[in-house]
Amino acid sequence: MVNIVVTVKQVPDTWAEKKLDPVTRTIDRKSVDNVINEMDEYGVEEALKIKEAHGGEVTVVTLGPQKAVETIRKALSMGADKAVHITDEQLAGSDALQTSAALAKVISTLSPDIVITAAEASDARGGVLGALLAEQLGLPQLTQARKVTVDPGAGTVRIERQADNGYALVEASIPAVVGVVEKINQPRYPSFKGIMAAKKKPLTTVSVADAGLDPATVGLANAGSAVVDAQPAPPRQTGTIVKDEGDGGTKAAEFLVAQKLI
Amino acid sequence: MAEVLVLVEHADGEPKKVTAELLTLARSLGEASAVFLGAPGTYAKIKDFLAEYGASKVYVVESDDVVDYVVAPVAEVLAKLVTDVAPAAVLTAATAEAREAAARTAAKTGSGLLWDAVAVAADLTATQGIFGGSTIVTSKVTKGTPILVVRPNTTAPEAAPTTPVTQNVDITISDAAKSAKILDRVVEAKSGRPDLTEAQIVVSGGRGLGAAEHFVLVEKLADSLGAAVGASRAATDAGWYPHQQQVGQTGKTVSPQLYVAVGISGAIQHRAGMQTSKTIVAINKDPEAPIFEFADYGIVGDLFNVVPQLTEAIEKRKG
Repeated sequence: MVNIVVTVKQVPDTWAEKKLDPVTRTIDRKSVDNVINEMDEYGVEEALKIKEAHGGEVTVVTLGPQKAVETIRKALSMGADKAVHITDEQLAGSDALQTSAALAKVISTLSPDIVITAAEASDARGGVLGALLAEQLGLPQLTQARKVTVDPGAGTVRIERQADNGYALVEASIPAVVGVVEKINQPRYPSFKGIMAAKKKPLTTVSVADAGLDPATVGLANAGSAVVDAQPAPPRQTGTIVKDEGDGGTKAAEFLVAQKLI
Repeated sequence: MAEVLVLVEHADGEPKKVTAELLTLARSLGEASAVFLGAPGTYAKIKDFLAEYGASKVYVVESDDVVDYVVAPVAEVLAKLVTDVAPAAVLTAATAEAREAAARTAAKTGSGLLWDAVAVAADLTATQGIFGGSTIVTSKVTKGTPILVVRPNTTAPEAAPTTPVTQNVDITISDAAKSAKILDRVVEAKSGRPDLTEAQIVVSGGRGLGAAEHFVLVEKLADSLGAAVGASRAATDAGWYPHQQQVGQTGKTVSPQLYVAVGISGAIQHRAGMQTSKTIVAINKDPEAPIFEFADYGIVGDLFNVVPQLTEAIEKRKG
């Protein structure tokens, strides 16, 4: 039996035009369609695969506004067993460090064997949650995993940690934090049955007070960094577009020469 | 002047270009101090390079303990130096591993963390492009020591030879930091091409190539330019090219001097990873492809004709 926790995040749809709230300079999550962070589906899938192979339970944990419950339902409809939603107005504007600290505090109460996170969220693109959870939970960091092998008998997890020119084979004892990259699996689509069942699965809501977090450490006012200015990027100049008349390659080479690029 | 720590990027003592960039940036902010972590015997190989790019001091940890375990030992060393040296800031490269080390260092020292900075001003405010580069923000760390993760190819490296003071860091890596052990490192692709995120020129292939074997066209063009090879998500999803080479959201972010997009439509997914490239050249048969809206030079045509001709013209010019 493996007790698995998987983190998910609700993010603005990749195709939506994202912007900052002019006052708080945090992501405006109200004016856009919000979806489960696509890479988190790989995390949920990997959690389900480990459960299917070894038995156990999958708990989804998210931190986010009330609306993020939609994302929890999505993960539950894929097959996760239960969920914890950390939600509190005081948490709004928390940075990656604050978010990871809050998640770690709640995750530790679940006594997981494996904590799974995705390599990055599409909105902030920090790519640091796995490392931060390992740090905050005091657990081995098995991030950038493109393959995960759990051996509950031996009490170990092995991963292939993706590198630029190949991979590193890494091993740690359970419990451990595993961060997965997107090519690790093919996330399943929720079945109709799964979607119906998700509505009845246990969902616990946790506030700042419930989690035992110090209110003086959470939210925008206590973040470790602040955005001091935000401007739209200057639009790129429209370039020269030519139709290939049989000499397109030669013309492109001439352009590169003129730009002193070759 | 306060010290600015630079985490040295290297491969067994062979320097990465971004190290020169970070040292150059650090010198504009204070006194540049390099932090070198490597296996025993590797520091000697990189010492002259660090001197060449103006490190006043080099903090050295040469030990298997810092290379045989995932990230945690690096953060332990950086956190100790942040405490002992009280630097003005810590700079790391925006590689997967260094950003993880930076994050853990920030957590250990109660510091603020900013990632993917493309510029850092004298007051340590960092400029970042967010939402795939569509918005430019300036941010400031408000807690502890600024831990700044900087994108490669954003500072032009300038030599400023010094005679650095080498200081061995007195540290024993804790058992807790040695919990994720690297058993083996497997090299799969030895292309001899530059690293994707460091390359001055990147040539990427997409859906328009139609099959894995057609990537050879992209590779030949890349080799004529001394470029790295990238791929769109459509191409990596199809299994035509390794995931490590994917450019875009959920892949690598690149900002080379020249980006050549071959058979890539330029959807937002891809654009997020390459639109800060200095010059963009696109080859696509669809005149309506979004890539032509932001390319500096676009050729509407069949890539199977255009790309070999371009490669040949470049080879001919090189003589």
